[in-house]
Amino acid sequence: MMKNSSLKVVYTDSNLFLKFIGEVTLHNISQYQKQLDAINFLNVKSIVLDLDNLLFIDTAAGLFIASLEKEFILKNINVSTICLKPEILNTLELVSKYSKSESELPKIKKKSFLYIIGTVIYNNFAGLMSFISFLGELFLTKFCYFKSFKNIRYKEIAFEINASAIRALGIVSLTSFLIGLVVAYQSAFQLKIYGANIFIVDMLGISVLRELSPLITAIVIAGRSGSSFTAQIGTMKITQELDAMKTMGFDPYIFLVLPRIIALMITMPILIFLSDIMAIFGGMIVANIDLDITTWLFMERFSEVISVKHFFIGIIKGPFFAFLIASIGIYRGLMVKDDTQSIGFNTTKSVVESIFAVIVCDAIFSIVFTNLGI
Amino acid sequence: MKPLQSIIKVRDVKTIFGEKVVHDGLNLDINRGEIYGLLGPSGCGKTTLLREMVMLQKYQAGSIEVLGNNLSSIKSNEAQKLRKEWGVLFQAGALFSSLNIAQNIALPLIEYTNLSQKMINEIVEFKINIVGLNPKDAFLFPSEISGGMKKKAALARALAMDPKLLFLDEPTSGLDPISAREFDALILKLRSLLGLSIVMVSHDLKSIYDTLDRVAIIDNNKIAYEGTLKNIQQQESSFIKTFFSKGVDI
Repeated sequence: MMKNSSLKVVYTDSNLFLKFIGEVTLHNISQYQKQLDAINFLNVKSIVLDLDNLLFIDTAAGLFIASLEKEFILKNINVSTICLKPEILNTLELVSKYSKSESELPKIKKKSFLYIIGTVIYNNFAGLMSFISFLGELFLTKFCYFKSFKNIRYKEIAFEINASAIRALGIVSLTSFLIGLVVAYQSAFQLKIYGANIFIVDMLGISVLRELSPLITAIVIAGRSGSSFTAQIGTMKITQELDAMKTMGFDPYIFLVLPRIIALMITMPILIFLSDIMAIFGGMIVANIDLDITTWLFMERFSEVISVKHFFIGIIKGPFFAFLIASIGIYRGLMVKDDTQSIGFNTTKSVVESIFAVIVCDAIFSIVFTNLGI
Repeated sequence: MKPLQSIIKVRDVKTIFGEKVVHDGLNLDINRGEIYGLLGPSGCGKTTLLREMVMLQKYQAGSIEVLGNNLSSIKSNEAQKLRKEWGVLFQAGALFSSLNIAQNIALPLIEYTNLSQKMINEIVEFKINIVGLNPKDAFLFPSEISGGMKKKAALARALAMDPKLLFLDEPTSGLDPISAREFDALILKLRSLLGLSIVMVSHDLKSIYDTLDRVAIIDNNKIAYEGTLKNIQQQESSFIKTFFSKGVDI
């Protein structure tokens, strides 16, 4: 921006001279606008826009000058423009040529509150329906591929077992260990008051084996592997890899979806088993230090009071949780649209929805097992 | 001369996205052995039509017949067989990012044939040579190569099963002019070497004049023109006038 650009305002009787000097560009329009806003136009009958001392105007300035002219005409003021420079006239002409388009931009319709509620409900309903149709396609057309063992993609399953479960061993065991530690520590404090130290074993055994381990494992896996399913498949959709697979006759359900679901269903019980061990181990350490229960005493009590059914109840939940996490993760991946934002959106949704689904499923299990008396 | 045999027949195809009508009754025929171009202003549905031809997208009415199969009523095993008879090159290549170039090309061969690993390696090397890639680059991953190489590698993958029909979606877009001309020459060479029929969507005028035998121009949801490029300038469509008025040497 040139330093010596300015707008000179000169009054003569009822005439007003607006003399633009130097440059008018995007950067000084607002300053000129303020200067003009401060002028009282009530007694002005005619205005002369003097553009002869201008060196340069950009298109924004052209629009500014054109809109000034219009504004003054609306106020019943005569406007005349003095300008002999061809460059500036060219810019003004260009602006007047393209400022009015033949067909107006469509106006965004204001939506009523009811309309918005309706769309949200409909979209949620359509989302649920499309998830059901995803499950339908998965079951109906794809599980018949298991008619023959040749159709199972062992290599992909092995790869997914490694990627989504074996690499999660560390984080699952660490989380479970800490949860065991914390739960035991909190209850040790309470149990000591009543001198019921030994009951820490009963409490830990049942809560960890039945509920805590399966849930912790499922939540860690949903956050870690479920989200990565969504991101991977979503990216493959954006880069058209899924389209390429389809045109080559490789069904994405067989190559991408089933191996991931099967791999997770196989490994989830194993991860829960590991989580059981680590959480009990954590509890055992606290029992040893805080409540003076030796490892042998802990083990003895454990085998006495904790029946094996608690262990199996925890393990049996594994494949169900795995199916929910994997299918929601993959479904969300397939829902990704052709923009990068929707990967983030769907990944978030996949984690939230799969954790929610896992907890709902766990609640159902709880009711069923209690009613069955197990 | 052999009588022209039509391998793709498009009849009265209608496509509607939500409220937007994309195609309103398209008719065209693509003959065996020709390089056929789908042209038109942006947003006219060229790529959509191509996607409909390769069964990636459904259309609302009409019929498309590819190599004698009507896509509206095709059974899944026929569809699977048809997919092995064509190759598709996507705009950005769409190579599988978890596999390197050689594995990408080998994938259809591994999945669909009983060939030995040695034979597959030989075929892969041949395809790499024929599209003009350097064999040294065979073990690079898609993220490690340039846009032009990606397109060549994707073309090699599309050619892996020796298809008779090739679909190209904007093969020269995003390439520098030299690579683009090389790609045109490559397509012409492949056509004469392998007897391919090629359907492509293109925006590149030079490439259009150099390679295409016949074109269909889609404008205002209809086919505005179908035929050779020679008498295209006499057409009335405003798109054709602006697009072809530059007077490129034929």
